[in-house]
Amino acid sequence: MTLDFILGHLNYWLFIILMMIGFYIVVARGNYIKKIVGLNIFQAAVFMFYISLSKVEGGTAPIFPIDMNIDPQVVYSNPLPHVLILTAIVVGIATTSLGLALIVRIREEYGTIEEDEILEIESKLQSDENSTEGASMGGRA
Amino acid sequence: MDSAAILPGLSIIDQLPLLAVVFPMLAAPLCVLFGNRHIAWLLAFLASLFSFLFSFHMLLQVMDGDVLSYHLGGWAPPMGIEYRIDAANAFVLMLISGISTVILPYARRSIAYEITKVSHTLFYCCYLLCLTGLLGVVATGDAFNVFVFLEISALSTYVLVAMGAERDRRALTAAYDYLIMGTIGATFFVIGIGFLYSVTGTLNMVDMAERISTLEDNRTVQAGFAFIVVGMGLKAAIYPLHLWLPGSYTYAPSVVTAFLAATATKAAIYVLIRFMFSVFQPEFIFELHTFKWILMPLAILAMFAASLIAVFQTDLKRLLAYSSVAQVGYMILGISLASKTGLSAAIIHLFNHGITKAVLFMVVGAFLMRVGGSFTKYLNGLGKQMPITCAAFVVGGLSLIGVPGTAGFISKWVLIDAALQKDLWWLAVLIVLSSLLAVIYVWKVVEVLYMKQPDETRVLKEVPYSMLVPMWVLAIACIYFGFDTDLTLRSATVAAESLLGGGIK
Repeated sequence: MTLDFILGHLNYWLFIILMMIGFYIVVARGNYIKKIVGLNIFQAAVFMFYISLSKVEGGTAPIFPIDMNIDPQVVYSNPLPHVLILTAIVVGIATTSLGLALIVRIREEYGTIEEDEILEIESKLQSDENSTEGASMGGRA
Repeated sequence: MDSAAILPGLSIIDQLPLLAVVFPMLAAPLCVLFGNRHIAWLLAFLASLFSFLFSFHMLLQVMDGDVLSYHLGGWAPPMGIEYRIDAANAFVLMLISGISTVILPYARRSIAYEITKVSHTLFYCCYLLCLTGLLGVVATGDAFNVFVFLEISALSTYVLVAMGAERDRRALTAAYDYLIMGTIGATFFVIGIGFLYSVTGTLNMVDMAERISTLEDNRTVQAGFAFIVVGMGLKAAIYPLHLWLPGSYTYAPSVVTAFLAATATKAAIYVLIRFMFSVFQPEFIFELHTFKWILMPLAILAMFAASLIAVFQTDLKRLLAYSSVAQVGYMILGISLASKTGLSAAIIHLFNHGITKAVLFMVVGAFLMRVGGSFTKYLNGLGKQMPITCAAFVVGGLSLIGVPGTAGFISKWVLIDAALQKDLWWLAVLIVLSSLLAVIYVWKVVEVLYMKQPDETRVLKEVPYSMLVPMWVLAIACIYFGFDTDLTLRSATVAAESLLGGGIK
């Protein structure tokens, strides 16, 4: 792996680092809001990946001149990934807002948004159920 | 471009691929605009019914191996988005819209019990959006479009699951878990698509398949494959990626559980099949290795581990949820055999398990409505008090086990046949053994229903006809498709053929 290879693929390295940071936050953090933040970073990394993909070396913004006299010499960047990511961003916003709405409701019902505290409450509920609703050998498994 | 190419003289029949998806999509905002739960129900039912009729018509059209191609906005593929209907999607479209149409009449009384009246309109709106998403995922021939529809269905599913919070607050955390895992799955899928796009420069699946066919050794293609399989594996609840499923199914309203269990994972499995066999070539070495070393062991693990967990559950809803994870294992097993028969087995089990699980979860919803809980202690002796409902459970249970004369038998039969064709007799033995685990957990419930003494102090009557009839329509379908396999087996075979495209036999 030469320096050229590393520098030549700089956008991919950054994408992977950002993605891993986001993914790690989702997995490792117990706070529900932090998880959503992690999810956002994770998704943003993918957006960056798509957008950097569309760059054509020496290419300009893919907008035709207003008089439509297109110069075949001009190189344009690829507009398609931008459009795709516009859609993906909308999906991401919807997911984030729904996640936050759920967190509000969770906080109302449980009084906390820390995963370990919620799991504690839930496992207590579970064991209460198991003792009153009949002997059980397996819980959440 | 001449005008004929832009605006071809399309008859209504040519528009069916789009109409099947657009009807529920347009009905969803209308539900909210009318703001009346009765009108919302009617709209939902009509939209779903029309989708079903359109899907059925399309299935008849493509049964002999034809392909329907619909160009959105008249833009020809590979530039424009294409809806491409062959036997495989038409069959899954029919399953999804059919189940939805049968469940909706049931939904009316069931959600009246489980959800406050104010939310009913919004419930139907989300339900329709979920239906739109699932139908869209299956109908489209454009890889990125799959993601968009997938998220439409997923986002509405999270809301639907969270609506169970009125009965049990754990629905909220279940929905949140599902949201996190579902989004990770969908994002992985997008990364995979991005990799494939960067290599092939196209998003149209047919076009993509053509360009990938010569790129077996390309690392980007291989990485894309891995991302797509893991992403869709999360959505389809392949064994170690199933953690969102038991919670969501247990705490969601019964109607939602019945609908999701029958359709949501099925749509994800369809996407998995479509990518593995149509977009990627199943002869690729890396794909064959995935089948042999990853998917098959995980499928076998799912069949046994999830069934075993199901045996020890005291909550009927959770029991059936784990059973769903096990049944997904059979479908994955069929896929991993990478043969025509194996693929037919996966597709036919997808259908048969869909109707079977819908019956079972609808029965649970009926129990819930009458006795207030789905724990086995509430169900003692219900066989005498609610005989018609319990009989539907028995039929569904038999089909789940795979007793001859039910739909479940046909799919297990084809699956065993596929295993034997590959000389994997030990696999056939494992399939039978894992079915024995299903016998245990189904028998456990039957024992509670029929052998235990009923609580004489409570007076129970059967659930209303609007719930009984849909339940029995599907229960009878379970038996019917156990005898008349013409529609299911033929569609599954044609579907497998069109997916493989004359590749492996």
